[in-house]
Amino acid sequence: MDQGKHILFRHRDIANIRDLDVYLAHGGFEAFKKAVTTMTPQQVIDEVKNAGLRGRGGAGFPTGLKWSFLTKDSFPRYVVINSDESEPGTFKDREILTHNPFQFLEGAMITAYASQANTIYNYVRGEYWDVVAGLEQCVAQLYERGFLGEKLFGTEFKLDFYHHRGAGAYICGEESALLESIEGKLGQPRLKPPFPADKGLYAKPTVVNNTETVTNVPFIIQNGAAAYRQNGTEKSPGTKLFCLSGHIQKPGNVELPLGVTLRELIYTHGGGIREGKGFKAVMLSGASSVVLKVDDALLDTPLDYESVAAKGAMLGSASVIVLDETVDLSWVILKTTRFFKHESCGKCTPCREGTYWMLSILERINKGGAAKADVELLQNVASQIQNKCLCPLGEFSVTPVLASLKAFRGDFDAHTADGAPKTAPKKAAVAAGD
Amino acid sequence: MLTDKYASEIAEILNRYPAERRRSAVMPLLYLAQSAYGHLSKEAIDEVGAITGVAPTDVAGVVGFYSLYHDHAAGKRRVQICTDLPCALRGADAWAAEFLARLNLKKWDETTADGEFTVEHVMCIGACDKAPCFQVQDSTGIHFHESQPDRAMTVDEAVGILEGLKGK
Ligand SMILES: Cc1cc2nc3c(=O)[nH]c(=O)nc-3n(C[C@H](O)[C@H](O)[C@H](O)COP(=O)(O)O)c2cc1C
Ligand code: SF4
Ligand code: FES
Repeated sequence: MDQGKHILFRHRDIANIRDLDVYLAHGGFEAFKKAVTTMTPQQVIDEVKNAGLRGRGGAGFPTGLKWSFLTKDSFPRYVVINSDESEPGTFKDREILTHNPFQFLEGAMITAYASQANTIYNYVRGEYWDVVAGLEQCVAQLYERGFLGEKLFGTEFKLDFYHHRGAGAYICGEESALLESIEGKLGQPRLKPPFPADKGLYAKPTVVNNTETVTNVPFIIQNGAAAYRQNGTEKSPGTKLFCLSGHIQKPGNVELPLGVTLRELIYTHGGGIREGKGFKAVMLSGASSVVLKVDDALLDTPLDYESVAAKGAMLGSASVIVLDETVDLSWVILKTTRFFKHESCGKCTPCREGTYWMLSILERINKGGAAKADVELLQNVASQIQNKCLCPLGEFSVTPVLASLKAFRGDFDAHTADGAPKTAPKKAAVAAGD
Repeated sequence: MLTDKYASEIAEILNRYPAERRRSAVMPLLYLAQSAYGHLSKEAIDEVGAITGVAPTDVAGVVGFYSLYHDHAAGKRRVQICTDLPCALRGADAWAAEFLARLNLKKWDETTADGEFTVEHVMCIGACDKAPCFQVQDSTGIHFHESQPDRAMTVDEAVGILEGLKGK
């Protein structure tokens, strides 16, 4: 991909694209107008299906297909945008919403037209307070200029756009918990089925899409599926936003075609490992990652949904946390476990109790007073949580634990009295965060 | 009473949701009440319950569930430092410890002697590329203070930011 030609991060090519007039001068809202005035909702869905766009919120589910699942002849419908972005290591949606807000809004609006919904709610994490304030001004401008409201472009289509702020709960990124939260309840996941496409917000058919996902849509409608497929791979078309954090030389977001290798991502775009250190491990999907040991084969892995899955991991939202050779994985896992324990919604026992136990064992290991049996106990507790949780959060909590125990067992044993190698006793300070 | 002072804000909030779905307004109204009163006292919770027709115990449940709602008083501003994994990999734990010491605080959740700041630690706030970072929650909302990607914010700078907020 030509670095000067972003599809999502167009603010990096065009100054002030967050001003409506600049956005309009660069083709803004032409795709929305084209959809509403010249295409049927089905044609919009078909174009997005042909483009092969897959959900950027984590699961990679085909977007056009999702839209086509809405229960027939059931109205009203809702489009809900997931801007909860709370997975540690993720900060891409924030950049879109801050710097390229109108492309996001246009994408959400086309999504609503395709879904035959007249109301959009954008659920934004509460921490992005000032981001929402900016977005609300953008929305007000769209009402003034006739892009939102009644009889759009002289048609019968009408559309309203509202924001709903979260209030500090990672679980609200899970789509059914998010819908509960908009309904004014605790953000606890619902049992599925029914799925949102059938009974979503207020038990009405609902599309839930990630911010980045819908930001792709104006390009697809404007330029067509074939043009969109010029980037990425056959099964994972398009570009993706990668969030680089941790021990990387140049932390930040970068937009690259899906299928870029880990090597190119880290060494060409991320500037390599900080202070020229060795690259020990990587977490590709935030705190819930399968922690991967870095070797040449991994560095040559194309970062698309299938290739990463073939490595036993997930691309997720591409929240790439880089761990250099100085990192102790038992400390990393202390941090991830602390996160999941804090964020467990408490609805089911294996997750609520299990994360508590894993954390207390990990604290013991990190303080240096543990025995090898404690590491085995950790393995045991983690295995018992697995496959017993109501929602993926419980599984997420276990994923980095088991992966690290498998690939970096020595990092844990080194803290124990009976498992540490005689020459290198290790003792890490417990995080100040507790 | 919120209904006297913020009638138009409340009407605007209720208007976002279908008329028969007033419960949806609980979260934005809690933010409004928290801005107005500083924290969510029993009276504030009762008021939000009365506006939305939701039982006060259910409103209190919502307050307890979400970490950005507070049912007890603290300093005038809450300073929330991220010590989650990506920030910690860039030194956030040591940075936070030094920051606490500079404010003469012994541990998390303490308030500075002048009553201005309560310092808390939080999970990832979506600024991992700009570590160390913190947010300040006060009656005007939540505002980020971050490092530059290529230059970490010093503890001195952070303390300076807090000084600048005093009296505002
Ligand atoms: C615990 C948990 C947290 C999640 N957090 C987010 C999030 O912050 N943002 C997001 O878009 N999707 C998140 N998801 C995925 C959503 O449930 C959902 O799949 C997604 O919003 C669908 O949009 P997409 O198809 O456009 O990706 C999360 C899922 C789980 C289980
Ligand atoms: S797995 Fe955890 S987060 Fe998910 S429903 Fe159960 S307790 Fe809640
Ligand atoms: S880990 Fe601190 S902002 Fe993400």
